[in-house]
Amino acid sequence: MTALIQLRGIHKHYGDYHALRGIDLEIRQGEFFSLLGPSGCGKTTLLRTIAGFETPSSGTLMIDGKDMAAVPANHRPTNMVFQSYAIFPHLTVAENVGFGLRREPMSKDQKTKAVAEALAMVGLSGYGTRAAHALSGGQRQRVALARALILKPKVLLLDEPLSALDKKMREQMQVELIRLQRTVGITFILVTHDQEEALVMSDRIAVMFEGEIGQMADPETLYRRPNSRRVAEFIGKMNILPGQVGMEGNRIVVDVAGLGRGAVETDQAPGGVVPGNTSVGIRPETLGVLFPGETTDRRVAEGVVDEVVYYGDMTYYDVRVPGVQQPLTISMKNIIGRPVLEVGAPTRVVWDERSLVVLSR
Amino acid sequence: MRRAWGLRTYAIIYLVFLYAPILLLPLFAFNDAAIIAFPLTGFSTRWFEQLWTTQALHQALRNSLFIASITAILATLLGTCAARAGTMPSFPGKRGALGFVMLPLVLPEIVIAVALLIVVRQVLDLNLSNWTVIAAHTVICIPFSIAILNGAFQNLDPSFEEAAMDLGETRWGAFRLVTLPLVLPGIISSLLICFIISLDDFVIAQFLTGSNPTMPVYIYGLTRFVDALPLIMALGTILVTISITLLIIAEYFRRRGVARAGFKDTGGFL
Ligand SMILES: Nc1ncnc2c1ncn2[C@@H]1O[C@H](COP(=O)(O)OP(=O)(O)OP(=O)(O)O)[C@@H](O)[C@H]1O
Ligand SMILES: [Mg+2]
Repeated sequence: MTALIQLRGIHKHYGDYHALRGIDLEIRQGEFFSLLGPSGCGKTTLLRTIAGFETPSSGTLMIDGKDMAAVPANHRPTNMVFQSYAIFPHLTVAENVGFGLRREPMSKDQKTKAVAEALAMVGLSGYGTRAAHALSGGQRQRVALARALILKPKVLLLDEPLSALDKKMREQMQVELIRLQRTVGITFILVTHDQEEALVMSDRIAVMFEGEIGQMADPETLYRRPNSRRVAEFIGKMNILPGQVGMEGNRIVVDVAGLGRGAVETDQAPGGVVPGNTSVGIRPETLGVLFPGETTDRRVAEGVVDEVVYYGDMTYYDVRVPGVQQPLTISMKNIIGRPVLEVGAPTRVVWDERSLVVLSR
Repeated sequence: MRRAWGLRTYAIIYLVFLYAPILLLPLFAFNDAAIIAFPLTGFSTRWFEQLWTTQALHQALRNSLFIASITAILATLLGTCAARAGTMPSFPGKRGALGFVMLPLVLPEIVIAVALLIVVRQVLDLNLSNWTVIAAHTVICIPFSIAILNGAFQNLDPSFEEAAMDLGETRWGAFRLVTLPLVLPGIISSLLICFIISLDDFVIAQFLTGSNPTMPVYIYGLTRFVDALPLIMALGTILVTISITLLIIAEYFRRRGVARAGFKDTGGFL
């Protein structure tokens, strides 16, 4: 199956500033795709390029097999939900939602019906006659969604659509957006700088840094097997330890400061292996501490508790192990009857070779 | 407390100083005497009746209205373009260009008048007419138009037009359907203010007017005749009433525009 959207070597220069540095990317029909990255990395620029509001300096963009170079924004099969929502304040909710139908060859009744359906889809039935400037943030967001979806675009582009909402509303809208995307079956491209939001919502994520894609993968791969240090540090919490990597026959062997020597599989070095000094990542929840009296057949390292942060369902321990400057962060589920270790207590850290990621870059 | 009291006294004195002479206008306009002096001799509308029958005055009024209307339209049209350009992300020389356009606001009118007179007579070798006055009035009105419309445009979300285009409209369609309705109150406000400025101007019209004087120039001409003074009072009463009415309407539209788009009010004339 060919991709719905294809970007090949997209570059964008603003004067001297190189905002997009060779973006290659394919997005499939029906996919929920996210562009994730720190502020200023070019996410919005890339989204606006797809929408037709920015012209790439070089490279090609194909949507549904057609080159978009000569197609202006108003003729592209894309619609956008703007970060500010851009709800027209002088129109009613229904007029806003029906705006895109102005040029459609439909009867007035058909249009009214389409608007009612679109409003129902986002849970705003009966709001049609309201003045748009009197809506709450969450309602504006829904109007913007209905307005963009009423034209049944091939691709819906969303630029940080949830960033203006409070935490509770945001979590609710995340679920609603996922459900909406499944019902309409339209390809969604979401821009966000919130890694959690991207992990929760997406089928696939492209992590961007300074105009480049650092890694493109499904959420689980991205989380468990980041291909570089910057991706590992951007997504979730990751302990990063200095180490040595090398090949012994066709086995990859790492020597991790503070933890010890171990062999890893090729999928644990997604960025490739460059023999010599390297960084090794390990997630806090894949580590554990041994409580007094416990034994294990997993790998262990001696250490001392440096800090304890209690979160209710979880406890985060910072444990110092000899040979590493930074303490290791370890997250443990709290279990009834199990005590919480005290600061200064000696303990043993347990770990597994399969949880290591070699971060050569 | 004391300071508030002092400020209030100051404000009252200021207002009396400003408006007392204007209040004298209707007082003598309706007074039944040919000389401007107290005590008042009785109520009369004869000065207004006399205005009604003065042909030269009617010609001056028509001139003034024609000049003010065309000026208002031209200045607002150009002001709209400039204010719109001001919202564009950036273009070479943007700051300089906008600063330059606002310059007539601080130049003495007489300088503009003389400069334009030289251009029209010496450089272009044209005859003075209503159109030379219109050209000059447009120049002095544009800064006011821009000042009013800048507020209207700057409050607009730059995504509005993009959203409209994203939904299938052309660039012009997006402007017409979204931007224009949102800045329309500002445009009406600008039309009215430019109209008043042109209608009230004496200095520039005095220099650039052709054989047909505008209203203020005509009034100035009347002041040479002592017995015409009550007439001027009557005329002044009418003009002040019109100006204040238009100003109030202009401010009403400006505020409505601000409220309609749900913005915070950040100034204005009233
Ligand atoms: N019109 C423009 N002219 C000049 N530079 C621009 C323009 N638009 C964007 N940039 C620059 O390009 C870079 C990428 O901008 P972009 O808006 O795509 O970032 P972003 O990833 O969306 O960031 P954010 O999370 O802050 O929205 C920024 O450094 C920005 O300053
Ligand atoms: Mg952005």
